[in-house]
Amino acid sequence: MSTATFDPSTKWERSAKIGLRPEPFGALAYHFDTRRLVFLKSPALVDLVDGLVEHESADAAITAIIEPADDRSHRAHVTALASLAEAGVIEPVSPAISFVG
Amino acid sequence: MEPKTDPQTTAVEEEALVEEELLVEEISIDGMCGVY
Amino acid sequence: MTAIQSTHTPLSLISKSASAKTQAVPPLVEQLKGGLDAPICLTWELTYACNLACVHCLSSSGRRDPKELSTAEALAVVDELADLQVFYVNLGGGEPMIRKDFLDIVDHAVGRNVGVKFSTNGYYIDQAAAERFAATDLLDIQISLDGFDAATNDAVRGPGSWEAARRAMDNLAAADFGEFKISIVATRHNVAQLDDYKQMADDYGAQLRVTRLRPSGRGVDSYQDLRLTHPQQQDIFRWIMDHPDVLTGDSFFHLNALGKETGETLPGLSMCGAGRIVCLIDPIGDVYACPFVIHDEFMAGNVRDTGGFASVWRESDLFRELREPGAAGACASCNAYDACGGGCMAAKFFTGIPLDGPDPDCALGHADEAVAAAAAAGVVPQPSQDHSRPVRLGSKPA
Repeated sequence: MSTATFDPSTKWERSAKIGLRPEPFGALAYHFDTRRLVFLKSPALVDLVDGLVEHESADAAITAIIEPADDRSHRAHVTALASLAEAGVIEPVSPAISFVG
Repeated sequence: MEPKTDPQTTAVEEEALVEEELLVEEISIDGMCGVY
Repeated sequence: MTAIQSTHTPLSLISKSASAKTQAVPPLVEQLKGGLDAPICLTWELTYACNLACVHCLSSSGRRDPKELSTAEALAVVDELADLQVFYVNLGGGEPMIRKDFLDIVDHAVGRNVGVKFSTNGYYIDQAAAERFAATDLLDIQISLDGFDAATNDAVRGPGSWEAARRAMDNLAAADFGEFKISIVATRHNVAQLDDYKQMADDYGAQLRVTRLRPSGRGVDSYQDLRLTHPQQQDIFRWIMDHPDVLTGDSFFHLNALGKETGETLPGLSMCGAGRIVCLIDPIGDVYACPFVIHDEFMAGNVRDTGGFASVWRESDLFRELREPGAAGACASCNAYDACGGGCMAAKFFTGIPLDGPDPDCALGHADEAVAAAAAAGVVPQPSQDHSRPVRLGSKPA
């Protein structure tokens, strides 16, 4: 999936197939099936990944959790989420089976 | 924020600027030296 | 814009940030050089016992050490790694499958969500083992091979070793294991076979891995005969750049000077991970900076010490030192230093040249004289652990 197909208006959540390890710079995410290793380079981004599931859309999550100072910052986080989606760190939440907690 | 010029230049500028703020970096799990 | 494979990202691209909420993050590589609270992954040699006697064995393996970690101790190490959230452990040896509790250790690790890759000569992967492995989750297997044909391979690994490796690969393929790894150490005698290797890996649906020969373990003695020539270094740099799906364990970053003119960097972090993001646990629980420096100089502690592995990783004097910023030393005036970082400390140490100088295989030839002088003066260190069996290479494997 590329940025072109990442839809921030839908609901996303952190994948259950990853290990997420907090670090001073943000976090390391490792996907156990694909063996891809991803560096999340800001603690705020880590909060965003954790909090995605509590918001109706990725956009809403960015607004609430990141409180971006400008449009460019919002887009930077959309781009980051698109990369994480491509790497399988986050997944879309299917409306039919979504649940919280 | 820089003043916007025509939309096309702005789009290119913004694309380039977003690149500077990449918050995600990926590396192969095999991309670390010191492991066999 | 999709996720980017990490390359040598210029400082200017990462250090700027326009968002008030996004912090300006120093270049990732600089942060990793300062070490993490836990390794990202590590190598764990389970035993010094081995049925082979490869001439370049970096752990000088052969005979089991009587002080080997017990099963209980090994499982406790797995628990520690799991608690530290080490993502991935590379099991090796010697030949790890020789340990009777090998499957117990593997099962315990994957059960605790620690990924396992084990590195093996394949001798013990019969049909049943292959099927067992195919059914095991989070498991990757790396078969060692050092020649496309039996003659080239067996000259280094011993008679029958090529056949055993091929048999293991056939068994894994037949058992539908999926994508395993074939790993070769690039030597003067096999570097011309890279295309053939790639074809072999493709035919098996396996991933090819090509790594650097280091003068470690028994490699200390065979290094001068096996190391790549300067023209071969150029060839392999180009070949790796042309084959981005081939893994290298980031072991060739000492050659990055060859990419300066074209602005190319080999894939990987291009930094020494020893004691910073990776390390080695040896069969008796000693913790070394990496598998290529099994020497007292680079020994950080033992997992049997109070505080176990975690406290060795976080508090040992050696690792603290390695995490301090290093000086460029003799390489300071070289404009390629930012690309190669002075190369590999293990390679420098075991060729008897200064650690703050150029890599013995410096692509620009800056170490050639020093290496020759050290060899002539006989100041090359020997590994601290030597479990070699007193057999000649001509004997059959046990």
